[in-house]
Amino acid sequence: MKFFRISALIERDMRKFLRSPALMMSSMIFPLVQLVVLGYAFGGKIVGASVGVVDEDHSVESRRIREMFNGIAEGPRTFHVIDYDSISRALDDLRAGGIHAVIDIPHDFSLRFYHRDRPRIAFTEDNTDQFISSSLLERVQQMVDDLNAPNVEPRLQNKVELNVVEIYPYIEYIKYLLAGSIAMAIFIVAMIGGGITFIDDKARGLHEGYLVTPIHKTELVMGLIGAGAVKGLMAGMVLTIVGGLIAGIPRLWDPVRLFYLSIVVLVASVAMISFMFLVMVRVDDPLVPRAIFGVLNTLLFFPSGAVYPVEAFPPWLRWISIIDPFTYTVHALRNLTIKNTGIDGIYVDVLVLLGFSVIMIGASIALFKRQL
Amino acid sequence: MNSIECDHLTKKFGDLVAVSDISFNVAQGEIFGLLGPNGAGKTTLIRMMTTLTPPTSGTARIAGHDIRTDADGVRHALGVIPQAFTSDPELTADENMLIHAKLYGVPAERRETLIHDLLESVDLLKFRGALVRTFSGGMRRRLEIARGLVHSPKILFLDEPTTGLDPASRTNVWEMIRALREKAELTILLTTHYMDEADKLCDRIAIVDHGKLAALDTPTRLKDSIPGTDAVEAEFEGAPKDWIEQLQGLAESRGVTQHDGVVRIPSHDGPTTVAALMDLARASGVTVRKVSVETTTLDDVFLHYTGRELRDAAHGGAGYDISHLYR
Repeated sequence: MKFFRISALIERDMRKFLRSPALMMSSMIFPLVQLVVLGYAFGGKIVGASVGVVDEDHSVESRRIREMFNGIAEGPRTFHVIDYDSISRALDDLRAGGIHAVIDIPHDFSLRFYHRDRPRIAFTEDNTDQFISSSLLERVQQMVDDLNAPNVEPRLQNKVELNVVEIYPYIEYIKYLLAGSIAMAIFIVAMIGGGITFIDDKARGLHEGYLVTPIHKTELVMGLIGAGAVKGLMAGMVLTIVGGLIAGIPRLWDPVRLFYLSIVVLVASVAMISFMFLVMVRVDDPLVPRAIFGVLNTLLFFPSGAVYPVEAFPPWLRWISIIDPFTYTVHALRNLTIKNTGIDGIYVDVLVLLGFSVIMIGASIALFKRQL
Repeated sequence: MNSIECDHLTKKFGDLVAVSDISFNVAQGEIFGLLGPNGAGKTTLIRMMTTLTPPTSGTARIAGHDIRTDADGVRHALGVIPQAFTSDPELTADENMLIHAKLYGVPAERRETLIHDLLESVDLLKFRGALVRTFSGGMRRRLEIARGLVHSPKILFLDEPTTGLDPASRTNVWEMIRALREKAELTILLTTHYMDEADKLCDRIAIVDHGKLAALDTPTRLKDSIPGTDAVEAEFEGAPKDWIEQLQGLAESRGVTQHDGVVRIPSHDGPTTVAALMDLARASGVTVRKVSVETTTLDDVFLHYTGRELRDAAHGGAGYDISHLYR
């Protein structure tokens, strides 16, 4: 194997890549837009939901509950309150999508309260939107807990208390998503360089020009993967910096962390480009990589834990995440961008990605056809 | 001494025999042409000799390197200009040359001078910094020829080098190929389906049809090998049904063929055959609309050895019948 032939192929691709700003931009703009839009769309707390309140009791106690609702509407503003005269009208509006939940204070609420007979209020929710319904339920539950708290605390308490210690400052969702966006930028470069451009060049006959030279198929595969990896490193690091600034990652310019980030981005680039190369190694039709782009994107990006924790997945989806190079890329990048763990938090991921790359490259070389 | 030795090369794709038992030698410094219609097997033959396709049986030796056992040696010895444009349109002429020089391991200190000289020899020096996608077909072909010579090979393979080029560009490429042979003492093997190209450029021609070698010799000897030195071409009006049979008996005639209403009569003495033709037409009441005498061409040679004209063979090369589309 001669390194000068590998470097010639890398040089060829780099010259083309640097000459084509459209290609560079397309590999970075989509992940950046995704980072900003999804980061802010998914990261916020629920504000301004509509809750209908039906007070059938009209008592001092029910008024106290109403005041607590008004307090939430004025304070955290999770929801605003709409008063209803009848429960049936409120439920009709709930079914029609006009409001998100209904609180019913029944006519015997105060009676049961004074008789200490488990007074109840009803919370009817539109559970088609899990995010809003769980936020409303959490808020209402909190309010009920406050109602149940004794007016005078006993002098001696024997309750177990949970003291929560958060070891990192509050992490906005955009920071959580950044690792996935960097991985996405690498994936797009791999898809364009290892998939679309590779097949297009093959279809245009450009490969024949290389196959008549003394280049060995190992050199050809290594050269094409090497070129893709360098492009992936460039795109990934640009996204790390720009995305890191947008997401507000603290101490972004820490040189040690940037060094570790560049290692993860480089290894992830090799893994993804070699995976893409293996998928495309026997493909001749230029439509194929374009057709499977969306499928591969969905199959690799979402099971990786980039947008949602892997721990929430069903077993079959966890299996995909285990063999998905995105998973280890996202895990290592997240450890560095959010936790700044250093080498301890990334070395397993880096080793897995390297092992994955070796298998992909070996299989690609074995399957690559040196002859037409 | 032979630069190329082709030894019973055969290539089968399933049941289809693309190249059948072809053998020939090409001497050092020779321009050798493989002449045949599209689909005759020329490209498959050249791909086997350039190690791009493995042969089913037989072998070839290029500059002494066997294509089966020493593919790397063959690739080092050869310059190949494939039929399709293989230069990278997103790179400049200079960059295309540079990348190929690096792939062949041309030493860094020689690259600049070599690329300069080669681009100068193909008249592309002033376009060296231009992107190849802005080049015309003729310019791209010239660049590919220069690129094929970047490692100073002694043997050059050109697969249909002028296909798709305008007449001026074709002439230009011909002149360049001749000049290269003179200057660099190259052995050149080219494939073509243009008769005039083979006639004007090649020292020897191998006629290939249906994957088989139909004839092989110098253009002059090939023309001499067929009956007749002239060909009379004529068009008639009011000819009877047995007119072609009547023409077979003309003086000095060596067989009659007809294509698109034009009758072609190979002859040892064109003027005598024309005189006999005019007499026969007058006697039979047939009007002669047009008559001409030409010396024998490679078209006649092709017709003689393959039983059909090259233009027929080219049209029928792929074997698809599309006549129903025009009914």
